[in-house]
Amino acid sequence: MGRKYLSWIAVLLLAMTGLGGCAATVPTEALAMHPQTLAQRQLQTRRFATTDEATVLSACAGLLQDLGFNIESSETRLGLIVGSKDRDATDPGQVVTAIAIAVLFGAEVPIETHQNIAVSIVTHPGGNDMAVRVTFQRIVWNNHNQVSRLEQLNDPEMYQGFFDKLSKAIFLEAQEI
Amino acid sequence: MKTARLLTIGVLSVMCLCVFFGCEASKSQLLAADESQVRLRSIQTRAFDTVDRIMVLRAVMATLQDLGFVINDADEALGTVTGTKLDRYALKMTVTVRGRGETQTLVRASAQYNLQAVEDPQPYQQFFDALGKSMFLAAQQVD
Repeated sequence: MGRKYLSWIAVLLLAMTGLGGCAATVPTEALAMHPQTLAQRQLQTRRFATTDEATVLSACAGLLQDLGFNIESSETRLGLIVGSKDRDATDPGQVVTAIAIAVLFGAEVPIETHQNIAVSIVTHPGGNDMAVRVTFQRIVWNNHNQVSRLEQLNDPEMYQGFFDKLSKAIFLEAQEI
Repeated sequence: MKTARLLTIGVLSVMCLCVFFGCEASKSQLLAADESQVRLRSIQTRAFDTVDRIMVLRAVMATLQDLGFVINDADEALGTVTGTKLDRYALKMTVTVRGRGETQTLVRASAQYNLQAVEDPQPYQQFFDALGKSMFLAAQQVD
């Protein structure tokens, strides 16, 4: 009886040291340029016919506020604005599936509840225009308060929508509205 | 019966030890560095033939964005940029830029992958290659 227990404990301890000792390293593609890097840069960048970086940054700050972001940090001398917002992440489809599984099998499936969306906007003065590049990412938590998603947001329509709004914001800024 | 009691005492003492050492070990993370300080600096640092700090800092931000990072913070006076990449993992990177002599700028990058410091040379090499390309300058090893 005692021996059986001891061997179980030994196996458990071994498994734990195995898990702790075997640390994952950075994936090789994490810091490498990809064939799609250029396409992504184009998707995330628009050029505006102005050389006034301060005005563009101010329009970006205004737009972030329009979209409900909080400005976390900024550095105008480098052309940077950072924002984030916390929002609900409940997906009705996921909730329905979770309820169905609970009813049918009596098992609880975690559902996503809230998310933090981060954005960084970087301006880059060209010869006679201003490039604006924006990148989004988000962290999603489930109802057990565990992180369920860590991801970049790469939906082309989202970027298109963002830049349409930014064009409007730059126009409003120029008109001082 | 006796074995069971002995076993309980054994398990309890192992648990106490684990808790004790675990606490010490997690605190020791504050000043932990797996690599030697000199080697780590050489892995994480490159020199570029330019004195234009602002250009280098802007190139650092552009490179990080190219690599899929969202910039978290930057400070021109201090010469720092911090960014995070989320792709099922969290990779956080801090880059510092400072002048070196009359003709060069030193760039140092340090990264954290999930809960670990990145001390492998390859990811840094990849980052400096990308940074060098974006500035049309060669990254030079610093000894």
